Amino acid sequence: MKKLLTGNEAIARGAYEAGCLVATAYPGTPSTEILENVSKYEEIYSEWSTNEKVALEVGAGASIAGARSLVTMKHVGLNVAADPMFTIAYEGVNGGLIIVTADEPGMHSSQNEQDNRLYAPHAKVAMVEPSDSQECKDFVKHAFEISETFDTPVIFRVTTRVCHSKGIVELGEREEVGVKEYTKDIRKYIMVPANSKAKHIEIENERIPKLREYSNTTPLNRIEWGNRKIGIITNGISYHHAKEVFGDNASYLKIGFSYPLPDKLIKEFAGGVESLYIIEENEPYIENFVKAMGIPCTGKEIFSLCGEISPEIIRQAMLNEDKKETYSLDLKVPSRPPALCAGCPHRGIFYAVSKYKNKIVVTSDIGCYTLGMAPPLGVGDTVICMGAGITAGIGFDKVNTMANRDKKVFGFVGDSTFFHSGMTGLVNAVYNGTNMVMVILDNRITAMTGHQENPGTGKTLSGVESPMVDIEGLVKAIGIKEENIRVIDPYNMEENNKAVKDAIEATEPFVIITKQPCALIKDVQRARRGLHCEVNQETCRKCKTCLRIGCPAISLKNNVVSIDTSLCNGCTVCLQVCPFKAIEYCGESR
Amino acid sequence: MVKSLLLVGVGGQGTILVSRILSEGLVNEGYDVKMSEIHGMAQRGGSVTTQIKFGEKVHSPSINVGEADVLVAFEKVEAARHITQLKKGGTLIVNDEEMYPLPVLAGLEEYPMGVIEELNDKIENIKVINARHIAEELGETRAQNIVMLGTTVKALGIENIDWIKLIKENLPNRVHEVNVKAFEQGLNL
Repeated sequence: MKKLLTGNEAIARGAYEAGCLVATAYPGTPSTEILENVSKYEEIYSEWSTNEKVALEVGAGASIAGARSLVTMKHVGLNVAADPMFTIAYEGVNGGLIIVTADEPGMHSSQNEQDNRLYAPHAKVAMVEPSDSQECKDFVKHAFEISETFDTPVIFRVTTRVCHSKGIVELGEREEVGVKEYTKDIRKYIMVPANSKAKHIEIENERIPKLREYSNTTPLNRIEWGNRKIGIITNGISYHHAKEVFGDNASYLKIGFSYPLPDKLIKEFAGGVESLYIIEENEPYIENFVKAMGIPCTGKEIFSLCGEISPEIIRQAMLNEDKKETYSLDLKVPSRPPALCAGCPHRGIFYAVSKYKNKIVVTSDIGCYTLGMAPPLGVGDTVICMGAGITAGIGFDKVNTMANRDKKVFGFVGDSTFFHSGMTGLVNAVYNGTNMVMVILDNRITAMTGHQENPGTGKTLSGVESPMVDIEGLVKAIGIKEENIRVIDPYNMEENNKAVKDAIEATEPFVIITKQPCALIKDVQRARRGLHCEVNQETCRKCKTCLRIGCPAISLKNNVVSIDTSLCNGCTVCLQVCPFKAIEYCGESR
Repeated sequence: MVKSLLLVGVGGQGTILVSRILSEGLVNEGYDVKMSEIHGMAQRGGSVTTQIKFGEKVHSPSINVGEADVLVAFEKVEAARHITQLKKGGTLIVNDEEMYPLPVLAGLEEYPMGVIEELNDKIENIKVINARHIAEELGETRAQNIVMLGTTVKALGIENIDWIKLIKENLPNRVHEVNVKAFEQGLNL
């Protein structure tokens, strides 16, 4: 049977067909849909773990216990999971272990463009790279076999264009491989120095040479002879871009197994072509290897290290072709960045904080609330990585004190980010003392990545009910004093303003927890469907105060302020900030 | 011969559903199909794009400058934003819909005047439709995207595929009738 699948759907299907039994992940674009699709297969235990390190450790334990295990994350997630990966690399596996890293050349929704291929030689684990949906499915099977044959975890490296492109996939049946026997083996599974030393030698002397030999013979690396004037070594989606440009007018060495790289195959290919090009996105990973072998080639001299590659970029770089003819208009097109939705519960607290703009510093974090930085709210000085909303704030606060800078630090984290790595920061804030304010935006969902359950939602990935972790109780248990905690409804501006004022005046670590579910949750949408606000045109004085909350439902057109009732969910933040009581609340909740 | 179709709009307008239906129909018809979409942060009211390529054999899923045979814009400023993707002589289908992005709402940027006039002036093969008006008359504002689907199917000359069946498979029962009507109206524009 043939089906049109995204790369992510195909990876999930591959795991199913390969007899995978355990799958774990922390959501992150462009990887999220892999686990969402895996969870549809009852044969596989799947979970949203609290972060990527946890996910990989759960996966590693499952592998040692004997199950084929799949762990998925976005590229920056592998930084979080790097700690277990570098040591599991020494221990090896029992049931096959695949670590999917979904990289983001072009940074469509990421904070950096790191090329995680570089992790494979660093950690000394095998790596495969599919180029389309069919390969995504097939390579999962190969990767499990490689993992078990060579006793290594396998990095399964994909990119946004592979994850989010659909292509036709031939489906197969599931092959049950079951749970392998577990035998206690402390020299393999307990990495104390004596065992690690032996393991490191074994990896260098046995695993890597065997894998290199495999790399030279596996069908995952293949030569396609065409015109031999131009030879192209390429990987992933770049292979398809190159094929589109050159078709049979070039020869290709397509790399699907990319650590270790196939030295003999590269030599054979280079010897068979007149000029050699390397087409790869981001880092010169293949290129450096080829050049280190003493083989001349052209790569990053003509291709950028930044952003995605496309057929157009290849044509311009290699054929000096101009861009194709098209149209141009005499119009100035306004930008359309993503924005906090109408009815977003984050808006009220951000608006309350924005009134102190010049008196505060805001260390923000990764999630929808990053968008609080955008005008007109403009709330945010820094965004680094998951959890840094609290921890970078601690450092900032220390230096503000040293420099006699009278600026209060507000750190923002969402509920899922708090569970991911905000909690440890909060412990640090209490332990080492800080005068900062930590705002935990509890909207009862992992929102930005498209609504995944988390430890605060009361449901697991598979929809099973589970205990809701009590954020307020945690905050108290960590040691924030009761008088320094405010739990508020962020739709209520009086509560927002009071909490922010108390926070500014506080002299100890202070926590504000906002509680209101994401406006896009289906049940919330249903319950609020009949609710909205309207502007009374007779009393409106066009003072534009309501425009300063940055709600996409409120507009000023032809000097008339109006609310798009199809977008509005009646959160009433605009109504509460209007100084002339010109906004009215309409409708009844269901 | 590979045909390239680029759908552009604003997060929440239903472009992804339309591209899903289109791709499924093309696969059923026996074409090799590749579809690529960019989402993530764009879901939150940002600009969204979906690229569909179909033919006997499709390699790259990407559509470059001047390559789209058909550009379907669910919002008029988005048509202007992505116009350089349209091949010279290609077809533009544009919804006469105006959605202010946040920088415009906040008074930091301006929404341009005369977008449709400028497009009409520069693009030879253009079809301007008012999908909102059609959908509202049918009593379901959210069916705008299916009106656009109908017009797109006609522009691509792929009316022979059973789109009604696919619309029904991809939408809940209660909105089948209104969306079938929306499709037919879009087709007959």
